[in-house]
Amino acid sequence: MASEKIGKVVEMSILTRIRRIPFWSWFWFILGALYFLLPLYATVNFSLRMERDVIGFKAYVRAFEDPEFIKTFLYSNMLALLTIVASIILIVPTAYWIRLRLPEARRIVEFITLLPFVVPAIILVFGLIRIYSSPVKIPFTDTTLLQPLTTFEVGTDILIVAGYVVLGLPYMYRSVDTGMRTVDVRTLTEAAQSLGASWFTIIVRVILPNIRAALLSGALLTFAIVVGEVTLASFLGVPAFGPYLFLLGQHRAYEPAALSFASFLLTWVAMGLIQLFTGGQGQTTGAH
Amino acid sequence: MAQTALNPKSSTPAFDWKKWLGVIPFFLFAILFLVLPSLRLIAGSFTNNEGQFTIANILQLFQEQSILDAYWLSIRISAATAIGGGIFGFLLAYSVTVGGLPKPLRSALITFSGVASNFAGVPLAFAFIATLGRTGFVTALIKNLFGVNLYQQTSFDLYSFWGLSLTYMYFQFPLMVLIMAPALDGLKREWREAAENLGASTTQYWMRVAFPVLLPSILGSMILLFGNAFGAYATAYALTGGRLGIITIQIGAQIRGDVLHNPGLGYAMAMGMVVIMAISLMGYSWLQKRSERWLR
Repeated sequence: MASEKIGKVVEMSILTRIRRIPFWSWFWFILGALYFLLPLYATVNFSLRMERDVIGFKAYVRAFEDPEFIKTFLYSNMLALLTIVASIILIVPTAYWIRLRLPEARRIVEFITLLPFVVPAIILVFGLIRIYSSPVKIPFTDTTLLQPLTTFEVGTDILIVAGYVVLGLPYMYRSVDTGMRTVDVRTLTEAAQSLGASWFTIIVRVILPNIRAALLSGALLTFAIVVGEVTLASFLGVPAFGPYLFLLGQHRAYEPAALSFASFLLTWVAMGLIQLFTGGQGQTTGAH
Repeated sequence: MAQTALNPKSSTPAFDWKKWLGVIPFFLFAILFLVLPSLRLIAGSFTNNEGQFTIANILQLFQEQSILDAYWLSIRISAATAIGGGIFGFLLAYSVTVGGLPKPLRSALITFSGVASNFAGVPLAFAFIATLGRTGFVTALIKNLFGVNLYQQTSFDLYSFWGLSLTYMYFQFPLMVLIMAPALDGLKREWREAAENLGASTTQYWMRVAFPVLLPSILGSMILLFGNAFGAYATAYALTGGRLGIITIQIGAQIRGDVLHNPGLGYAMAMGMVVIMAISLMGYSWLQKRSERWLR
């Protein structure tokens, strides 16, 4: 009799527990997880089957051994590094100055940093090519200021880094601006000035170290945009990783899958580091 | 700039031009690499082959069937993935915020969304070919489980409207999750308690309180997703090799070689895209302002 009662109580508590499990929440979550994971699983699965009937890393070895891969990947990393340095040099002093002396410029600068959302990469590269593939002249004269940037290597590199700075502008600016909001820029500046620091010293040795977490997250986002970027790289004809992977996909099967999964891991590392530095403030880019 | 100088109420009586020297490098950069290229396209779309002013290119934009088709296909794909990704992303964000799932799942989902919304272009296209291509993993799975060959017995094709939309969804709904999770956190517990005290059911609370508060945010995010898909080029190009004529692919072809045999028309096509992107960004920021009335 008593045991029967206990049994009933246990049964009821299980029932209420089942009822408390949010069925639909689990349903959507699992569906989402499948959407996330299936393509990844399929890619890994495929990339491991280069040799018939053997599961192995041959496609990875082949892909990483290709000198062309090493060359393009290093080149893309160099572009990413240059882009990050250029964005920091351009954006940090600007955001600092706006905070300190020129709040009236905030609206227009913020507006400019949002423009890349309106001008997608394909349009940007269209305009860049049309402007910089002919010599830049002083208006109404025949004096050439600048040879066409697209005709020599360094020129193209300058052009593509400038383009990447534009693509990363919304993210870098927002990171830096948020970072500066949390430090008292004015007091820091006054303290540094009273100790006789120059503007250069203030920015490099006082401001930069104080916003390093924000800088790092902006830098990693920029890195994620630049390393696999295809649109600008292929239209400007630079030997970058994105176009290389695309071409590899035209005549190979397993190596591109291996490199695709490796790219995913790389994005994961970049985003994971951002989470670590910003405490879970997820951010997103738009280099699709 | 001029406004500050002319405004008599301004705290600084004289326009202090020296202050503006500090932002000149930024403006110079923006003009050289963002404003000028955009202006070049706008100017080009109002110029004919002889270099004179014309609006013929703009008019032709609305008459050329192939261009209209490209815009329409892009709009359909962007709208489908914005609505689909928006709804799915919202449900996912709901499930980990107020939906009662364990906390660790939330941070897992947010991290994964951060990665997936940034995972695009060539690797994404290859991942979907390995999944839903002719010999893809899921294609084989469906064949083995249900005996249905997607490519022979149904009209499914990865290199078509639905295939590209499914691929875009991979970065669309994670973006929605990232935007909606904080918005759902902004729903105040007091609202729910107040509604329950007044005798509202859960459905009534959602339909009459939570949903109206969230609606501007949801719509705004969907518009953002629309723009996100509309400007995408690399993923589509890598997936279809340029066979699916969405507008960005057409513009790409025009850059490579003047396929329209009219440079001005090419510029007009690009400008049309910028106009659509600008309208969607304005819609987004307008709705964003409305949603801030209640959330945060």
